[in-house]
Amino acid sequence: MTSTASFTSSGDAVMRRRLLLSTVFRTVCRIAVYSAIFVLVTLLGVVLWLAIGRLTPAFFSRGHSAFPDRAGIQAGIWGTFWLISLTTIFSLPVGIGAAVYLEEYASDTWLTRLIKVNLSNLAGVPSIVYGMLGLTVFVRMFGLFGHGIKLNLLNGFLVVPLPFGKSVIAGALTMSLLILPVVIIATQEALRAVPRSIRIASFALGATRWQTIRNQVLPAALPGIATGAILAISRAIGETAPLIMVGAITYTRICPGGVESVGTLLTDPQRVLSAPFDMYTAMPIAIYGWIRVGPEFTSVAAAGIVVLLFVLTCFNGFAVYIRQRARNKLKW
Amino acid sequence: MDIPSNPPVAAAFLRKGRSQTGSDKPHEKAIGFSLLMCALVSVVTTVGIIFVLVNDSIFNFAGEKAFFQQVTLKQFLFDTKWLPDNPHPRFGIWPLINGTIMVSGIACLIGVPLGLCSAVYLSEYAAPKERSLLKPVLELLAGVPTVVYGYFGLVFVTPYVLKPVFEIILGFEVGTFNVASGGIVVGIMITPMVASMSEDVLRAVPRSLRDASYALGGTQFDVSMRVVVPAALSGILASVLLAFARAIGETMAVTIACGNFRQIGGNPLESMQTMTGFIVDASFGEDDAQGIVVKSAFAVALSLFLITLTINVISQIILRRYREVYE
Repeated sequence: MTSTASFTSSGDAVMRRRLLLSTVFRTVCRIAVYSAIFVLVTLLGVVLWLAIGRLTPAFFSRGHSAFPDRAGIQAGIWGTFWLISLTTIFSLPVGIGAAVYLEEYASDTWLTRLIKVNLSNLAGVPSIVYGMLGLTVFVRMFGLFGHGIKLNLLNGFLVVPLPFGKSVIAGALTMSLLILPVVIIATQEALRAVPRSIRIASFALGATRWQTIRNQVLPAALPGIATGAILAISRAIGETAPLIMVGAITYTRICPGGVESVGTLLTDPQRVLSAPFDMYTAMPIAIYGWIRVGPEFTSVAAAGIVVLLFVLTCFNGFAVYIRQRARNKLKW
Repeated sequence: MDIPSNPPVAAAFLRKGRSQTGSDKPHEKAIGFSLLMCALVSVVTTVGIIFVLVNDSIFNFAGEKAFFQQVTLKQFLFDTKWLPDNPHPRFGIWPLINGTIMVSGIACLIGVPLGLCSAVYLSEYAAPKERSLLKPVLELLAGVPTVVYGYFGLVFVTPYVLKPVFEIILGFEVGTFNVASGGIVVGIMITPMVASMSEDVLRAVPRSLRDASYALGGTQFDVSMRVVVPAALSGILASVLLAFARAIGETMAVTIACGNFRQIGGNPLESMQTMTGFIVDASFGEDDAQGIVVKSAFAVALSLFLITLTINVISQIILRRYREVYE
C-alpha cells in the first residue's frame, strides 16, 4: 500500500482489513491464554466435585483399604514426608554447591563446558529414565551385595540394609538426582542476578573468595535460591513414574518406621532412624493405585488429588511469597 | 581462578597476586575442590544413566545376558509385534513407537498453537496487570502433577468430551482408554511450557524493532507476527522441540489415559501403549530382575533416552547457531 493509496476508498478498505485481521488475531491469542485458565478451573472443579464427601478427618488417619469407604491417605502423607525431607537434605547442598562452583569458581575450561552442556541435557531426560537408574544403582546396587546385608551401626541402633532395596532412601536418592539439574539451574540464575560490584567490593576489603561467597553472594542470592529450591521440591512431590520404578508400594497402610503422628517423631528416635530404610508409599503413588483399581475408587483418588494439590499449592504459594518479598526489599 | 570478566580496573586489582583473594590458602582450596565435586555429580549421573541402560540392554558387565544378546537388533527394529511376556516372545518396538508418536503428535497439535498464541498474547498484548494475573495461572497449570492429568483424561476428557462428540454425534466408537484423551491432557500439560519459554524469547526481542515497525504503519498483527515472531523464531522452534521431547517422555498421564493395547494404527480413539507406558507396565509388580520382560524395558528406555537426547541436542544447536544477537 502506497501513501497516496491510503487516501482513496480502496486504500481504506485495505487498511480496514488489516486492522480487522489484527483484532481477530488478538482475540484468538486471548482465547488461547484464557482457555488455559478455563482448563485449570475445570480440572479443579471436576476433582473437587468428585472428592466431596470423601474428605473427612478419617481420610487423613487411614491407609489403603480394599473398601473405598475405609481408604485413606495417611501412609501416603507420611511416605511423601520422609521422601521429600531426605530428597531436600541430599539435593540442596549438592545442587547449590555445584551452582556456586559453576558461577563463582569455574574458569572456561573443557571440564566446565562439559558440565554445562551435560546439565542442559540432563534436564531433558524423561523422569522414568531416572527411575531405571535408581532401580539399578540404589535399589539393587548392581547386585553387588547379593540378596541383602544388614549393617549394624551405633550398637544396632541403626540398621542399614545393603542394597537399599525398595526403601525410602533409595527413592529419595533417585528423586535427588532427578531434581538436581533444576536446583542447579535455578541457583545459577539467582547467583547471576547478584551484581558483580558486590563481589569486587568484598575482594577490595580483603575478603577471600569463599568469604565473599559466604558473607556477600549467598545471602544476596538467598531468596532466588529458596524460590528455585521450593519449586524443584514441589516437582518432586508430584513425581510418580520414577517412584514406581524404584518400588514404592502402591497399596499399603503402613507408614515408614511406624511413625504415624508428629508426637512419635519427637519421642521415638529409634523409629525415626529406621524410617529411611523402611518400605513406603507416597501420595502420587497411592493416587495412581486408586486410579488403577477401578471406578469404585474414583472418588477416593479425587480426594487424594485434592490433598496433593493442596500441599503443592502451599509450596508454590510460599515460593511466590518469598520472591515477592525479596523483590520489594532489594533494589540494586 | 580469578573472576574472568571483570571491569578492567577491578581485574587489575585482582590480578596483583592470587593471595589477594586468598585462593591459595589450604582451606580455600579444599572448599573449591568440594564444590567441584558437587558439580561433577551431574556428570556422574549422566554416566550412570548411560551405564545402567547399556548394562541391561546391550552388554551386561556382570555376565548375565543383556537384552540385545538375546534379541537381534534387526528383530527389535523390524518386527511388528511387541509381545515380551508371550511364551513365544516377539520384540518389535514399532507398536510402542506408534503409540508414542500418536500421543505426542496429538499433544503438540494442541499444546503448540495454544502455547504460542498464549506467549504472543502475554508478550505483545497483555497489560502488565493482566500479565501478572495470567502468569501465575500458567505456572499453576505447569505445576499440576502428571498423575492428576492422567486422572483428568480418564474421568473427564474421555467420558464428557470425547464420547459426546465422537460417539454420540459422529458415531465412532470411543474406548475407555484411548490415545486422544492422553494426547489432549499431555497437550494441556505442555502448553504452559511452550508459553513460558516462547514468551521469554519474544520478550528478548528489542523494543526498537517493534517501535520501528509501528513507525512504518504496521498494525499490532504486523508487528507481532511479521517482526517479533520471525526475530525470535529460533528460540520458539527450540521451545517447541523441548516440549515435544517432554511429551515423548511423559509417563503417568499416558499410562493412565491411553491404556495398554499394543498396536500399529492411526485411530486416536483406540487404546495404544507408549514406550513409557510399557516401562511402567513391565516394572509394576515385577520382582524378577533377571526376566527378559524387565530387560526389554531397559532396551525401550535406552531407545527413549536416545530419542529425547537427540531432540534436545537439535534444539540446543538451533538455539546456538540461529540465534539473532541484538546489541
